[in-house]
Amino acid sequence: MSDILLGARNVSKRFPGVLANNDVSVHLEKGRILALLGENGAGKSTLVNILFGMYRPDEGHVIIKGEKVDLRGPDDAISRGIGMVHQHFQLVPPMRVVENIVLGAEPIRRGLVDIAEARRRVVELSQGYGLEIDPDAVVEDLPVGMQQRVEILKALYRNADVLIMDEPTGVLTPQEADHLLGVLRELTQTGLGVVFITHKLREVLAVADDIVVLRNGEVVGQTTPDETTESGLAEMMVGRSVVLRVEKSVAEPGDVVLKVDKLSVEDDRGQVALNEVSFEVREGEILGVAGVEGNGQRELVEAVTGLRDLSSGAMKIGADEFTTGSVRQISEKGVAHIPEDREKHGVIGVYSLDENSVLNRYHRKPFSIRGLLRRDVIKRHAEGVVEEFDVRTPSTSVPVSSLSGGNKQKLIVGREFSDDIKLLIAAQPTRGIDIGAIEFIHRRILEQRDKGAAVLLVSAELDEILGLSDRIAVLYDGQIMDVVDAQEANREKIGLLMAGITD
Amino acid sequence: MSRSLLRTISIPVAAVVIGLLIGAVLIVTQDASPATAYKALLIGGAGDSDAILRTLQKATPLIFGGLAVAFAFKAGMFNIGGQGQLLVGAVFAAGVGFGIDGLPMVVHLPAALLAGAIAGAIWGGIAGGLKATTGAHEVIVTIMLNFVAGNLTDWLAANPWKDNSGSNIVARTPLVEDSAVIPTLGAVPVGFLLAVVTAAICWMVLERTTFGFEVKSVGHNRHAADYAGIRVGSIMAMTMAVSGLLAGLGGAVESLGVDGRFEAGVNVGLGFEGITIALLARANPLGVVPAALLVGLMEAGAARMQFKSGVAPELIDVIQALILFLVAAPIILRWILRMRHDSSEQVQLGAGWGKS
Ligand SMILES: Nc1ncnc2c1ncn2[C@@H]1O[C@H](COP(=O)(O)OP(=O)(O)OP(=O)(O)O)[C@@H](O)[C@H]1O
Ligand SMILES: [Mg+2]
Repeated sequence: MSDILLGARNVSKRFPGVLANNDVSVHLEKGRILALLGENGAGKSTLVNILFGMYRPDEGHVIIKGEKVDLRGPDDAISRGIGMVHQHFQLVPPMRVVENIVLGAEPIRRGLVDIAEARRRVVELSQGYGLEIDPDAVVEDLPVGMQQRVEILKALYRNADVLIMDEPTGVLTPQEADHLLGVLRELTQTGLGVVFITHKLREVLAVADDIVVLRNGEVVGQTTPDETTESGLAEMMVGRSVVLRVEKSVAEPGDVVLKVDKLSVEDDRGQVALNEVSFEVREGEILGVAGVEGNGQRELVEAVTGLRDLSSGAMKIGADEFTTGSVRQISEKGVAHIPEDREKHGVIGVYSLDENSVLNRYHRKPFSIRGLLRRDVIKRHAEGVVEEFDVRTPSTSVPVSSLSGGNKQKLIVGREFSDDIKLLIAAQPTRGIDIGAIEFIHRRILEQRDKGAAVLLVSAELDEILGLSDRIAVLYDGQIMDVVDAQEANREKIGLLMAGITD
Repeated sequence: MSRSLLRTISIPVAAVVIGLLIGAVLIVTQDASPATAYKALLIGGAGDSDAILRTLQKATPLIFGGLAVAFAFKAGMFNIGGQGQLLVGAVFAAGVGFGIDGLPMVVHLPAALLAGAIAGAIWGGIAGGLKATTGAHEVIVTIMLNFVAGNLTDWLAANPWKDNSGSNIVARTPLVEDSAVIPTLGAVPVGFLLAVVTAAICWMVLERTTFGFEVKSVGHNRHAADYAGIRVGSIMAMTMAVSGLLAGLGGAVESLGVDGRFEAGVNVGLGFEGITIALLARANPLGVVPAALLVGLMEAGAARMQFKSGVAPELIDVIQALILFLVAAPIILRWILRMRHDSSEQVQLGAGWGKS
């Protein structure tokens, strides 16, 4: 028992209309990695938030180092050696790495922050754990993986014995994710315990020591990687067997729907992000865009959807050619867009599911007539989306911010699929979604294709690209290296192109 | 619904109660009786039809000013320019009110009100337009426009539009024609009714129209508004114009319903009280009416309170400031009331700060 670093005993947590955790008991021992698995809305985030003192359990209690504790808040948890890396980083973007790491626990000398000392400690820490980082870099200039490293260092700087990570790999490239898993493994050598949440079974099997599966707020299974397989885990999560790879028929491409001609675009800092990119997507086909994140995918999606100005080049959607198009004009052409960053672009947290279900369609009939919203029609629409896409929520009147991450994503996907669409632009469509729902969404994307929609699929998941695409364009450094027929593609070939290597 | 309503009003109500309690302590320190003082305040503000008329007249511009600030809040903007918008509204309404004669009331009064509203809308719209096109922060621009409006209206009242009747030396316009005077119905000024109707319309616009949806989307999450195809810049410009329109209408009602003319210096400070009201109402247009009535009553009854209990009328300002402080810092109240934090009750206050 005294080996228990962190645990929950018979914890229950209720939200209005939802029992998010129901008599949950888990524990983490020194030097081990505990993976939490479960469907969207199963209660994983709620559980780790309780362990970190963000929520108070309605029943049961938290155990830290073998002792029952009543956490008064995250500060309390931190002072007891619990560190948490949230999915949305809690960093100050314009500040330097070292400043971010010591913020709130700065070394003080004669009443002033001793930045030299802070820097020395940060360097020592990062070298000690093999987490190299430039202490003087400004956080907003760092890639996501590095920002996450800053978060980890922040926890270690506060002498964390436990690191809690809620979907840490969700925002990482596969390479960064592999690296992170390696780092976690090494950290446990020093006795650190790790709790992490993921929807990627591969990662669980690769690094976890213990696996706990939640469903509807309850623990439904406990296992170890030696005792199970991906499909075993999937079944435990969803309660049925899951097809990890959907079957698809051969595409029958029709007319060109989207034609992009010598498109150049700048990123937020004014650097060239896309350099004379040309491609086309036809009716009834899926063009996958592969590439290491940060090679122009985001800018490509934003340009095509009207969110970003083109510096040169032209686009054609259907018969209309244009060089400047507003978001509204483009969406009126039958373009649906699943945005990459759901919190930033995809939903308005304080709005209800009703309002979010028409976020980019409120101005159309039947949702409004002559500028007046029709609340009842909108509600019925939202209920339809929730039903069809299995969004877990007590009602459509609650604010979207109360949904679990994956359920927000399902709502967005459902919203975008609710129209007749000519062109679907799907950026990371299954990010944060459980495998059962991934299967469902993959089927729906293929269904759109078979109904004749053109699909531009951008994903950091190579498996998703390989599984769904008919053709695959590989972006590297703002240029298309090659467009490969899906039949001839495989991981190695695409991987080389993603690294900028052609033969 | 009723539960969430309760949650919404619990903070302002608690703030008022605690503000009055602290006020009572202050009254005691002045060797007066809080009971006598508050009773006098109440009678002075609502004891007879004269008192009620005074309260309603005081509340009217507060409603308009409060709506102006609240509306801009909804798009995440902070309109500090209520004062300037009110002044231009007041002077142009008066200008139309005295400058044209021979019109029937059904034409003249609406025309004068409209002139004030348009002047305010332009004044607010300038700030909004500059924000949308150049990124100039609305707080800075509206503050500067307050000075421009103050001097412009002073000049108008002292020069081209000056009242030259008799031996007048005051910078003021002539009285408006009778056909442009807002009447009263018993103890109820029609301007007040107009204000209440305007509050209801604001609520309707925000909750039931696509424009309101756009305004709130911009206020809550500008990126998502972009994604939704909302033209964020023009919504910001339009929101500031609407906000200015509301303040301008308040100025027009002052000129046409209370003062009967525009006089330099008379409305000074009135525009800033809109911020108090909007805060107290937690930026809800329907909450603006009771908030304005409360403040209006306190101001209307302050003189009687002084007369009856000897308490300085400035105490009312102190109490108002306390209430405002408690509303703006709900954490203190929550601590006092042992209330759990609920993010849904947070007001978007000056969300425009720091964002460009
Ligand atoms: N703050 C909240 N208010 C109301 N309900 C909430 C809140 N947080 C979570 N819930 C509800 O509790 C349930 C569990 O949510 P939780 O976020 O723990 O799920 P999760 O397992 O992390 O899912 P995901 O994989 O989608 O992230 C969901 O039904 C969610 O709607
Ligand atoms: Mg979660």
